[in-house]
Amino acid sequence: MNGSATPTLSGWGRSPVVPGHEVRSEDLARVTVGHPLSRGLGRSYGDSSLPAPGDAEVVSSTLADRILSFDPQTGDIRAEAGLSLRDLYRVFLPQGFFTPVTPGTQYVTLGGMVAADIHGKNHHREGCFGAHVTSLTLRVADGRVLTCSPTVERDLFRATLGGMGLTGHILEVGFRLARVPSPWIYGESERISDIDQFIHGLKEAGPRWPMTVGWIDCTSGGKRLGRGTLFKGRWAEPSEAPAHPPRPKGRFSVPFNLPPFAMGRLSVKLMNPVLYWRHLRRHQRGIVHPETYFYPLDALRNWNRIYGKRGMTQHQCVLPESAGRGAARRFLEVLVAHGGASFLCVIKDCGPEGLGLLSFPKPGISIALDIAVRDDTQELIDALNEQVIKEGGRIYLTKDAFTRPEHFRAMEPRLDEWLAIRRKWDPEGKLRSAQSVRLFGDKP
Amino acid sequence: MKAVFLGATKGIGRALARQLVARGDRLFLLGRDGNDLQRSAGDLRARAGATAAGRATGQAEPARVGFAVCDLENPDGFGRALDEADAELGGFDTVVITAGLFATQDRLENDRALCRRLLTVDFANTVVFCEEARVRLLARGGGTLCVFSSVAGERGRKPVILYGAAKAGLTHYLEGLDHKFRAAGLRTVCVKPGFVKTGMTEGLKPPPFAGTAEGVAAQVVKAIDRGKPVLYAPGMWALVMLVIRALPRLVMRRIGF
Ligand SMILES: Cc1cc2nc3c(=O)[nH]c(=O)nc-3n(C[C@H](O)[C@H](O)[C@H](O)COP(=O)(O)OP(=O)(O)OC[C@H]3O[C@@H](n4cnc5c(N)ncnc54)[C@H](O)[C@@H]3O)c2cc1C
Repeated sequence: MNGSATPTLSGWGRSPVVPGHEVRSEDLARVTVGHPLSRGLGRSYGDSSLPAPGDAEVVSSTLADRILSFDPQTGDIRAEAGLSLRDLYRVFLPQGFFTPVTPGTQYVTLGGMVAADIHGKNHHREGCFGAHVTSLTLRVADGRVLTCSPTVERDLFRATLGGMGLTGHILEVGFRLARVPSPWIYGESERISDIDQFIHGLKEAGPRWPMTVGWIDCTSGGKRLGRGTLFKGRWAEPSEAPAHPPRPKGRFSVPFNLPPFAMGRLSVKLMNPVLYWRHLRRHQRGIVHPETYFYPLDALRNWNRIYGKRGMTQHQCVLPESAGRGAARRFLEVLVAHGGASFLCVIKDCGPEGLGLLSFPKPGISIALDIAVRDDTQELIDALNEQVIKEGGRIYLTKDAFTRPEHFRAMEPRLDEWLAIRRKWDPEGKLRSAQSVRLFGDKP
Repeated sequence: MKAVFLGATKGIGRALARQLVARGDRLFLLGRDGNDLQRSAGDLRARAGATAAGRATGQAEPARVGFAVCDLENPDGFGRALDEADAELGGFDTVVITAGLFATQDRLENDRALCRRLLTVDFANTVVFCEEARVRLLARGGGTLCVFSSVAGERGRKPVILYGAAKAGLTHYLEGLDHKFRAAGLRTVCVKPGFVKTGMTEGLKPPPFAGTAEGVAAQVVKAIDRGKPVLYAPGMWALVMLVIRALPRLVMRRIGF
């Protein structure tokens, strides 16, 4: 709370902070009428879930969280868009089902997962969340409620996956849960000494492991550039898993904004090697709690406050296979050259593009950097984006708050097709967000 | 437990119903909107399935959750709805009422029709519904009647005069039932929620110790199990109300609370 009279909203990065407030109701179909945007749990980092300048209200879907139907034979489920992944997994993991794709936090809604077309550690195998969506119920700009799917109103469906809420309010999501052999994860991790080894390790693990991801220490340059830890995992077989079900984990909280030095360059410099060397033995393996495995950051509630009042942003890009072997190294060199330090840097390999017209992943390597907002953040993001464009890559809209429209256009050859479909469904430009004003030139 | 539930589709009622099915209780839902009831019944069925699987009792059928339309504005339908629930559940032992109307004092002062509707629904009709439930419960030797009143009924207060008056009446009625029928096996649980962040309080500024629907629901489950006659939720409100009740009129007249 900031004591001022006008309420404000922000994404998970807490930058930017804009005037606005959420309207919420169990009756999502009713409350979405006439509103320009919906949001879920606000776990997108940047401005995609924020109202455009001049719009006071956005709809919050979070009270619309009912499971409408479930078929235990097929795993087919239909639910209201505000259902959170946390709630979902607590109901279905004990029944032997889990979401086919999960992001790195359980505090997201189905609507947010569709609108960002999220990907997980298993992207190389399962694709984005959208690949498992069977149908969507949407309130489109002219006020109608309609259903779209890969076969019905296909253009609307494709534009909605990854469409950042700009094609309509998602009211209901139908998708298929994946059957899992046990509620536990078997994981292996490995210390990696530089970026080239990392790419090699990811590529090698991909065919054998359904889930892979790496944490990079971005503070060390030169020969050690891109050293870190590679995590591989799969669902445990019943024979290896503990007999008892995993108990939901408790959480610690960061009670207030930490002062600026907490995430200063120095502490990032100190912490990253610690994280690296904590993984003392070269290899570790064993059974892991699913929450520890999928959602390690959720253990610390409000960890975004660590970055202090100015907040943070995340830069996530994919560097395509076509860019060749050294792309990741060249990218990290740009980061290091700009003195950019990132507390957390996550690397992952991506599989083929899915149906979503603006979905982020394409075959290559994705790198995500958490960056504290400072005076020079815009320059750093610009430099990173110029490098991404050079390599033929693109950035992830759900993380973004700083990318320039001309940069985004240069990264995204599919943009015109998406804009055309969007115009067809919303000729008057009723649906918009802070992000769409910034990136797509929507009228505020 | 086999419970008839009026108001399970929204807010604290929704959270409470979920916690009850999650531990294996059987529910029958009543409410005014059939479509809404059907959606909530589906939700509760899916969540009940989880416990069935968790207990690994080999019971493949997830619990049925039936529902029937029953509008607090139409007392003629109360008896029939309760009988339908009774038949479907094979005799209920608990009745939970979380339904009710809410409007700000401002709106109620300026809209006579709304004012009348709210007073009728939150007091007269709720009491009539309770009477129908009471008779049925007592006829089988007792059971639990859990009704949501409010801390607003604790004392005449400027911001909630009309809503508070209806709830005050309801609170008194439930206390009377408790005195008269507890010995006969009827356990009344009068829940007095303080400020809880739900769709009902949307748009109001939450005070420092606002509760969550889940937290309050967990307290209510315990109170039902123990047959606790009065529950303040969150518990902090018991203290707040202790002070409010003790304040002299002169002071109450001055303050805005
Ligand atoms: C710790 C952490 C780890 C993460 N890890 C990953 C990861 O591994 N992979 C990944 O892909 N993402 C990841 N994310 C990002 C996150 O999954 C996405 O930002 C997701 O969209 C957030 O969901 P939400 O419900 O919070 O949506 P919000 O942040 O509230 O909204 C996100 C977007 O969805 C739109 N939206 C939300 N609900 C609706 C609706 N009902 N109708 C229409 N539009 C809607 C909003 O307008 C906005 O554009 C991570 C985020 C965090 C904080």
